[in-house]
Amino acid sequence: MAHPGHYIRRRVLAALPVLAGVVVATFVLTHLLPGDPAAYYAGPVDSAQAVEDVRARMGLDRPLPVQFLHYIADLAHGDLGTSLSTGQPVAAELARRLPASIELMLAGLSLSLVVGIPLGVVAATRPGSWVDHLCRIVSTAGVSLPSFFTGLLLIYVFYFVAGLAPAPVGRLPSFMRPPPAETGFLLLDCALAGQWQKLGAAAAQMVLPALTIAVFTLAPLARMTRASMLGVLSSEYIRQGRANGIPRRVLLYRTALRNALLPVVTTLGMIGSSLLGANVLVEKVFAWPGLGSYALDAMSSLDYAPLQGFVLLMSVLYVLINLGLDLLYGLIDKRVRLG
Amino acid sequence: MNTLRENKVTAAAFALFVLIILVAALGPSLLPISPLATDAASALAPPSAAHWFGTDEVGRDVMARVVTAARLDLVIALSAVALSFVIGSILGTAAGFSGGIVDQLVTRLVDTLMAFPLFLLAMAIVSVLGNNATNIVYATAVVNLPFYIRMSRAEAAKLRSAGFIEAARVGGLSGARLLAAHVYPNVLPPLIVQVSLNLGWAILNAAGLSFLGLGVRPPTPEWGIMVSDGAALIVSGAWWVSLFPGFALMLTVLCFNLLGDGLRDLADPKRRI
Repeated sequence: MAHPGHYIRRRVLAALPVLAGVVVATFVLTHLLPGDPAAYYAGPVDSAQAVEDVRARMGLDRPLPVQFLHYIADLAHGDLGTSLSTGQPVAAELARRLPASIELMLAGLSLSLVVGIPLGVVAATRPGSWVDHLCRIVSTAGVSLPSFFTGLLLIYVFYFVAGLAPAPVGRLPSFMRPPPAETGFLLLDCALAGQWQKLGAAAAQMVLPALTIAVFTLAPLARMTRASMLGVLSSEYIRQGRANGIPRRVLLYRTALRNALLPVVTTLGMIGSSLLGANVLVEKVFAWPGLGSYALDAMSSLDYAPLQGFVLLMSVLYVLINLGLDLLYGLIDKRVRLG
Repeated sequence: MNTLRENKVTAAAFALFVLIILVAALGPSLLPISPLATDAASALAPPSAAHWFGTDEVGRDVMARVVTAARLDLVIALSAVALSFVIGSILGTAAGFSGGIVDQLVTRLVDTLMAFPLFLLAMAIVSVLGNNATNIVYATAVVNLPFYIRMSRAEAAKLRSAGFIEAARVGGLSGARLLAAHVYPNVLPPLIVQVSLNLGWAILNAAGLSFLGLGVRPPTPEWGIMVSDGAALIVSGAWWVSLFPGFALMLTVLCFNLLGDGLRDLADPKRRI
């Protein structure tokens, strides 16, 4: 049998060309397509000289291959350039905002994992029951609801009508000062500083956006769990196990679920893609100060460096998510490691 | 056992589909009010007999705008899906059937596209190309390409060793003729089954871009923009400005998804899950 180390090394090596592809594609995307940021930043002083000056300052007057080499060299030093509209280094700004986005996505995803997998399992074990119908409705509605609309609907119902949720103004109510940023993860920072009241407020701010994320990630998760559980339950080895008198609980949760989870792990990769994208919409709806709002500001002002940095960071995150899932897959299913 | 009930759901979805097409085709010409006409005196009026869906911040009739937007949203989604369907299926078939260098190149293209979270790639494309409806179509088509390329590539690869292809080859057909006459038509059916589901996704993608302020520009009526226009008003209780276009969007996508599920079940009863 192949050693797990070989499998891990092979997967990591296979991710490298993809990462290289992402770096090149991001550069090409932001440089080859039309649109002249220099003309934009030269502003109302519409003289050709002013535009040329800005272009020279941005390094856009150099030939593309030279620009590319500079971009790679900067990247190697962890330098993603400087935002033209804020004057701040892009890397620092992204690092400052990343925890807010990750915290939100993790909260939403955990919620949908906790609800979605049991829902799929129960639906598969009782086909035709009300749970099965519920699972069907949830998975159809979930893929049909635009996440930005779900968010607004939740705000209307839980903030305006019921008054249960706090105003959608970001990570903390506006009258509260954030705790010292140790980790950037607000819930963790509040706990570290011992500010429990703030911790409660921050958690309350997170409920609706996390719920919004859970609604659309739940759908594919529940659907896939149900389908793959149905497949496993009708297999020969489950029938054999039942005939041998293995208790139903053991058979269901130890034997069947473990095998049924493999395709679910694959689905998580697809969910990761839609999660990173829809997160931008959710952040806009809830005024969440994460990466999404940063990217939107950059886009509306044709600010190349932040846009490039954002796309690069998100794609690298996505490649890493897929790599992690591949490794997880190999861990669960020994056959994959041999392949 | 569930077939009858599911057929009913599919039938209902089909009825809704016909209704949506009718609204998109005829709606705008039947409206008594222009979707762009402002009326400061009745701004932000809640739904009433005069304005069934209420009015927005500058007094435009929300219903007129929701109805007018149906056409634009459908046209954007249809054009995007058509574009990626045609280009994707041709590239995928060529790659899957011929293998070799073509296959290598196409696979690299797909891998690179798939390395990006799709919606973010669409965002980046629109923001760089510029804000208009055409660029939403291009962006949506590009991020959708891998889907059709992969599917047609797999189908075409399966056909390589099929008996009737061998027969055609023995009969003297080769190259482009063989591809066009025998391979391509047989790659299409499984792809066509996915179109409905894909349309639902394309509508969501386009509306999401507009919601972010990328793509279609106000005051053009478009569901995503309208939801975004009403977003700030919802915390003060003016729900009708964004909830009506939001519901229209949701119903349309739901309709395409249910229809797509029904079509898939019809085409392949084994995959019914």
